[in-house]
Amino acid sequence: MSSNILEMRNISKSFTGVKALSDVNFKVAKGEIHCLIGENGAGKSTLMKVLSGVYPYGTYEGDIVFEENVQNFSRISDSVKAGIGIIYQELALFPDLSVYENIFAGNEVKHGGLIDWNETIIRAREMLKMVKLNVNPETLIRDLGVGKQQLVEIAKALSKDVKLLILDEPTAALNENDSENLLELLRDLRSQGITCIMISHKLKEVISIADKATVLRDGKTICTLDAARGEITEAVIIKNMVGRDIEDIYPKRPDKKIGDPILEVRNWTAYDPQLGRNIVKNVDLQVKKGEIVGIAGLMGSGRTEFALSIFGNPRGYKLDGELLVDNVPRTFKHTSEAIHAGIAYVTEDRKGDGLFLIQDIKNNVTAANLKGVSSGGVINENEEVHIASGYKSSMYIKASSIEQVVGHLSGGNQQKVSLGKWLFVGPKLLILDEPTRGIDVGAKFEIYTIMNKLISEGMSIIMISSELGEVLGMSDRIYVMAEGKIKGELTAEEADQEKIMKFATQ
Amino acid sequence: MNFFTEARSLLKVNIRDYGMYIALFVIMLTFSILTDGLFMSSRNISNLLDATGYIAVLAVGMTLVIVIRHIDLSVGFAAGFMGAIAAIMLSQMGVPFYLTIPIILVLGIVIGMFNGVLVASIGIPSFVSSLAAMLIFRGALLQVTEKTGTIIVKDDQFNAIGNGYLPALGQVGGLNLLSLIIGVFIILFFVYSELSKRKQKLKYKFEVISKQIFAVKLIFVSVIIGYITWILAGYNGFSWTVVITLAVVIIYHFLTTRTVLGRHIYAVGSNPEAAHLSGINVKKITYIVFGSMGMLSALSGILYTSRLQSATTTAGTLFELDAIAAAYVGGVSAAGGVGKITGSIIGAVVMASLSSGMNLLGVGISYQYMIRGAVLALAVIFDVMTRRKRG
Repeated sequence: MSSNILEMRNISKSFTGVKALSDVNFKVAKGEIHCLIGENGAGKSTLMKVLSGVYPYGTYEGDIVFEENVQNFSRISDSVKAGIGIIYQELALFPDLSVYENIFAGNEVKHGGLIDWNETIIRAREMLKMVKLNVNPETLIRDLGVGKQQLVEIAKALSKDVKLLILDEPTAALNENDSENLLELLRDLRSQGITCIMISHKLKEVISIADKATVLRDGKTICTLDAARGEITEAVIIKNMVGRDIEDIYPKRPDKKIGDPILEVRNWTAYDPQLGRNIVKNVDLQVKKGEIVGIAGLMGSGRTEFALSIFGNPRGYKLDGELLVDNVPRTFKHTSEAIHAGIAYVTEDRKGDGLFLIQDIKNNVTAANLKGVSSGGVINENEEVHIASGYKSSMYIKASSIEQVVGHLSGGNQQKVSLGKWLFVGPKLLILDEPTRGIDVGAKFEIYTIMNKLISEGMSIIMISSELGEVLGMSDRIYVMAEGKIKGELTAEEADQEKIMKFATQ
Repeated sequence: MNFFTEARSLLKVNIRDYGMYIALFVIMLTFSILTDGLFMSSRNISNLLDATGYIAVLAVGMTLVIVIRHIDLSVGFAAGFMGAIAAIMLSQMGVPFYLTIPIILVLGIVIGMFNGVLVASIGIPSFVSSLAAMLIFRGALLQVTEKTGTIIVKDDQFNAIGNGYLPALGQVGGLNLLSLIIGVFIILFFVYSELSKRKQKLKYKFEVISKQIFAVKLIFVSVIIGYITWILAGYNGFSWTVVITLAVVIIYHFLTTRTVLGRHIYAVGSNPEAAHLSGINVKKITYIVFGSMGMLSALSGILYTSRLQSATTTAGTLFELDAIAAAYVGGVSAAGGVGKITGSIIGAVVMASLSSGMNLLGVGISYQYMIRGAVLALAVIFDVMTRRKRG
C-alpha cells in the first residue's frame, strides 16, 4: 500500500478573517480505513467540505491530489464524478420515498429520458446485498430504524461507483449493535478495495477499526497515527486531541450524600395512539435526592418516551400507573405543571426541540422561567442580563456576549445553553437525555463537572445515555431498558458493559 | 474607529433594519420632487396617515400571526362584516356609540378565538381555515347589507373616529397647539428611553455605538418626529385615527418587546416544539394571537366604517392582502419567529405612500397594482439576500 489515493497538501481556508484550516496535510493510502479525529471546531468537517467541493476550488489554498491528479472541484457533482462519496451526519434521505427510490435519487436509471423502475429495483437489490441490508427495496425510509437508514445512505454512495467513501460521525445516532454492524460493513468494503475516511468522536470505534488516524487540532494537522505500529490508543489520541493529558474522563465526586426518594414511578405504562401500541410498559423506578440514575438501553428502547411521559406528556400518550413526586401522587396535564413540580427535561435533540436557534443566549436561558425575571408580566431586562451573564460564566459558555445568536454556537456550547435554561428553572430532578451527544471531549468533561456540582447541591439527575462508558462512569445506579420495559437494575459497583448489554439485548 | 467608518459598518450590519426606513425616505423624496412638494404638504400627509390607519392596525395583528407561523386571510371581510354590524347597531338599533365599540371589539375577539381553536386544537392549516372564514364573512357581510344596501351612519361621535381631529386648544403661529405639545412629548420620551437604554448597556459593558453616532441618531429621529408633527400641526393636527393607530402600535410594541407574553409568542414562532417543552402553552398562545387579530379586525372595521360614515357591501375587500404585504415589506419572516411591530407599521406607510404618490401623479390604477406588487417582491428579495449574507 505505497500509493496514496488522496493527498491534501498545505490546505488553508479562512472564513472572514478567521483561519479554519492552516497548512493541513492529509494523506490517505489506497484501501485503508483512515479516521479523522479532533475536538469540535478542529476543522474536520471544513476539511471534508473542501475535499468534496462544497467549498469550491479557489476559495481555499493548497492542492487536492486524488488518484495522482490535482483536482479542481468547483461543485459537489465534480467530486462525485471523480469517485468521492460523502455521507453527512444528518442523513439526506426522503422519508416518504421507498428504499430503491432513495438509493438512485439524483442518479436515476434511465433509458431515453424515462426511468426504468424494474432495472432500478434489481440494481437496488444488489446494492442492499452489498451493504448486507435485508429489507424489501419497496419499504419506505420512514419505516426503517436509523441504523438501517444509515446503510441505505451507504448503498446510495456505492451506487455511484465510489472509490473513496467519507463518513461524518456515522455512528453518532446508532446504538452499539448497529454501530458494530456498520463497522463490520466498513471492514468488508475495505476488503473490496474501497477506501474510507471516517470522522468520529467515539475513540473505541477508532481504535477498533482504523488503519491510520489523523488528529486535527485548531485547524492544524497534529499527527498521523499508524495502527500497524501500535500508535492508536486512547491515551495517545486524547493527548493529541486536547494537547494535554486528561487523567480521568469522568471527574470523581468528593462526597456522596444520598437522601430520600424524590421521584417514584409505579407500574407506569404509556400508550402511543399514533403507533397504536404501548411504548412504555409497567415501569417501576425510583430516584433519590442527590443521586445520578443512569438509564441505559438501545435506541428505540423507550427511554426518551418514558422521560417525556413523566414530564407533562407533551406527545399526548395515554398514561396508566402512579407517579409520585416527593411522595405525593401527581398527574401533569402540561409540561408547565411538571416544571412547576420541579422536574426539568434537557432534550436529546437540542437543535430540534431544545433551543430557539434564531434567538440569543439571553432569551434562551430565561425561556423556561420568564416568571423568574419579570413582575406583573413585564420583563426586568436588568435582571435578565444579570442572570444570563451568570450562567454564561458558571457554565463556561464560550461566546462573545450573551446577545450572540445560539444557532451560531458550537454543539458543546449549545448544550450548555440548553442546560443553563433548565438550571434557571431550579429543578429538584433534572432529566438529561443524551447530555453529551455530538460534543467534544473538553466540553464533555465540563458537563460532567457541572453534573457533579449539581448533585452535591442536592439535585437529583436521571441520565439517559447510549454511551456505556458515560453511564458507567457517572451513575450511582443504572436501569437498563429494552422494548419499553425495565430489564434490569444495577448498582454502580456491580455494573459493567457486559451486564448492561445483556439486559439491553434481552 | 472614526465617525464615518463606524457609520458605514453600522449601516452594513443593520442594513435589514434600516433598509425600510431608507426605502420610505427615498419614496417620499421621489414623490415630493415629482409633485413639486405637493406630496409632503400637510393636507396630503394627514390624509395619507388617516387612510393607512385601518390597514396598519391589521398589519400589527398580522405580524404576530405570521410570527407564530400562521396566516389569517379572513381579516378583510371580518373587518367589513363587523363594521356593518357596528353600523346596524348605531343606526337601526339605536345603541349608543360608547357601547357599540366595546361590543364590536369583544365580538372580534370571539371570532378570532374561534379561528384559533380551529387552528390550534383541531389542527386545520390556518391557510385553509381562514380561507373558509373569509368566504363565510363575505357571505355574512352581504347577508346583513342585502336588504338596505349601504348603511349610512349618522352618529357624529362615531364618525369622528375616522374623520375628526384632536381639539387644537389654541394656535401658535397658525399651528395646532395640542399637536405640537404631543410631538414635543414624544421626542422627549424617545430621547429619555434611548438614553436610559444606553446607560444600561454601558453598565453591563455591552458594545454600544460611539457618542457621536448616538447623538446623530437622536437628533435625526427627533427631527423626523418634529417634522411630521409640524406637518400635521399645519393642517388639522393629530386625527383620532392616527392617535388610535399610534396607541395600538405602542401597546403592541411594548407587549412584544418587554413582556412575558411577547417573549412566549416569539418562542412559539421560532421553535414550537422547544416552546412546548419549555412549559409554554402553545395552544394558549395561538388563541391569544388569533384573538388579538380578531380584535384588531374589529377595530379596522370600526375605523373604516367611521371613515366612510357608512357600511358598504364590499367593505374589507383585499384588506387582508394589504396587511400581509405591509408585514412582509416590514421584514416579517414566513419561517416564523422574526418580525417587528414597528417594521410592519413602516411597511404599511410605505405601501400607502406608494398609492398616495401615484394617485397625485395620476398613474393609472392598473400600473399602481403592478408597481405595488413589484415593491413587495423587491422588499422580500432584499430581505432574503441580506439574511443569506449574514447567515
